[in-house]
Amino acid sequence: MSALPTLKWNKFEIAFWLIPIAAFFLFPRYLTLGSQILIAGLFALSLDLILGYARIISLGHAAFFGLGAYTAGLLAKHGFGEPLSGLFAAAAVAALAGWITSFLIVRGQDLTRLMVTLGIGLMLFETANQASSITGGVDGLSGVEMKKIFGVFGFGLDGKAAYLYSLAVLFVVFNATRALVRSPFGLSLRGIREGERRMPAIGASVRRKLVAVYTIGAGIAGIAGALLAQTTQFVGIDVFGFQRSAELMIMLVLGGTGYLYGGLLGAAVFMILQDYLANLNPVYWQFWLGLLLVLIVLFARGGLMGGLAVLHDRVWRTSR
Amino acid sequence: MRFGNLGKKLFCGAATLALASAVSAQNVVKLGMVGEFSGPFAQYGQQILGGMKAYMKLHGDTVAGKKIEIVQKDTGGPAPDVAKRLAQELVTRDNVDILVGFGLTPNALAVAPVATEAKKAMVIMNAATSIITTRSPYIVRVSMTLPQITQPMAVWAAKNGIKKVYTVVADYGPGLDSEKAFSEAFKAAGGEIVGSIHTPLQNPDFAPFVQRVKDAKPEAVFLFLPAGEQGIAFMKGYAERGLAQAGIKLIATGDITDDGVLEAMGEPTLGLITSFHYSAAHNSPENAAFKKAYAEVNGDKLRPNFMAAGGYDGMAAIYEALKKTNGSTDGDKLVAAMKGMKLVSPRGPIMIDPETRDVVQTVYIRKVEKTGGGLYNVEFDKFPDQKDPGK
Repeated sequence: MSALPTLKWNKFEIAFWLIPIAAFFLFPRYLTLGSQILIAGLFALSLDLILGYARIISLGHAAFFGLGAYTAGLLAKHGFGEPLSGLFAAAAVAALAGWITSFLIVRGQDLTRLMVTLGIGLMLFETANQASSITGGVDGLSGVEMKKIFGVFGFGLDGKAAYLYSLAVLFVVFNATRALVRSPFGLSLRGIREGERRMPAIGASVRRKLVAVYTIGAGIAGIAGALLAQTTQFVGIDVFGFQRSAELMIMLVLGGTGYLYGGLLGAAVFMILQDYLANLNPVYWQFWLGLLLVLIVLFARGGLMGGLAVLHDRVWRTSR
Repeated sequence: MRFGNLGKKLFCGAATLALASAVSAQNVVKLGMVGEFSGPFAQYGQQILGGMKAYMKLHGDTVAGKKIEIVQKDTGGPAPDVAKRLAQELVTRDNVDILVGFGLTPNALAVAPVATEAKKAMVIMNAATSIITTRSPYIVRVSMTLPQITQPMAVWAAKNGIKKVYTVVADYGPGLDSEKAFSEAFKAAGGEIVGSIHTPLQNPDFAPFVQRVKDAKPEAVFLFLPAGEQGIAFMKGYAERGLAQAGIKLIATGDITDDGVLEAMGEPTLGLITSFHYSAAHNSPENAAFKKAYAEVNGDKLRPNFMAAGGYDGMAAIYEALKKTNGSTDGDKLVAAMKGMKLVSPRGPIMIDPETRDVVQTVYIRKVEKTGGGLYNVEFDKFPDQKDPGK
């Protein structure tokens, strides 16, 4: 019998987390982009949990992101603009929605899940469109007024507060997720990923575990949505859009699934490339982005993290 | 020694450069453009920027001793979070003086607080939802609002013997707004709404809706759909099911017969009556000059539409305001200079309402006709000095 994976940090992980801290001091003029990268990273982390660890394919994960965004946005619009409680409320609403829909998810296999998640996303989009007196419809929800974080830090134009707030939330949620996937629960998820039919033989309830992980994933996506709503102080109906789910999938696959870090890395690379290319040429940048993605997928199997892992193994082996 | 020389040269060069850029920074007015340049809404950004460039072609790139520079940013469609970030970056990183562009309402609404906080003038060149100008005291709109261009259609219909109208609108905010504006004005003018249908926003099949309208036997159908494919689909259904033969007229707002896509929509649009503030067929020396300059800057493949006119007039408002402030780009001063400003636009006379900072303009009633140069919206009636009734 082997012991549980350790929660100790290795040197690569510590180095990884020093990057966003260094970025705060090195690139003070890019903090708004930075906070949106952190939020996308958190969102990708939530998908990695269900896709990379439980192998639930979803094309409608934006549903939970959107629910979180509207929850936080509506709360703040109606006078409850305290950021942290907004995050908790958003997580709760999104997790509840995740729990309810998870029963549809666990029944099907890959294709069914694809259709079901896609359908849920479209339904919520249309609901937000119909309920325009509450959500603002396609015009979006404006008038979202945030209170200061801990009553001290206000969200200003320089983006400092938004960046640090997003980074702190990402770090806390990441750690919780990291502990989760290294717990017995996380190991059983890996078991399901590798051989779903064999799991009942060792007495594990596949269904219950999938429901749990899907609910948690939805809750984290809700937190990401709430962060976006709070830091931009606006909620557009595109938070439910198919494009958001699709781009999320691209970010995660680009970074590599099943590492937790893959989503963060993918979000950073995707969004920095996007920003850089769009500034180079605001009209045709999507072509170059597409080309780069194809190349990365072709030459780095398992995404960037997969590529790095191969590289690490080679260096480690040759140095021995 | 050689290194020393090189170092000196480098230093001198760098110093000259720094000095030059410091001098030029003082004499430059930077316009930060937040627009849609890629994705399904790419034409919005293209048209608006085309109109802005046409204005600069005619009036030079210098005003009140300052050179005008445009910093162009792409939101990639309706993406309020991206729009807001780009606006923040334009203000804090690129140090722009004025925010311009804004094809889509959510993008404009998300940026409004940035204009307020940074105290920068923000010129809306297209987005048409009524509430936008109320969201920041620094917003000035030169384009149009949806109720503003819808109401005249209702008044015209009532005046011209149409008493019963069936409304067909797409089921989303702008559609419902236009239905409301039309119905209210039409009833007030003594007309009757005999029925209304909301069509789905995504991939609708219009056949059953067209049939239902035909069965209700109204004298006209008022139509509001998102610009593009849907309008063509509806008009084909309208022709196939013989609504015209049954004596049912089709009336709409002019975004459906947008000059940019009218030629592509083709024959089914012939005879369609719309109300709008700009037509490429508008007969005036200003419009002729605008179209000529637009073709010179952007090539003659694309016909300028109302968004291009919005870009052109936005630049006109900025140039005139800078003249009044002697080149000062202070947000409060610029907005004060624009309040009550009157311009002769390619669309006709326009004014910025000093109270709402929204545009006041003539709304024309037009009919799609085949002219020498192809299909055009030919104006035949007009309602001068229309304010936004939404406020």
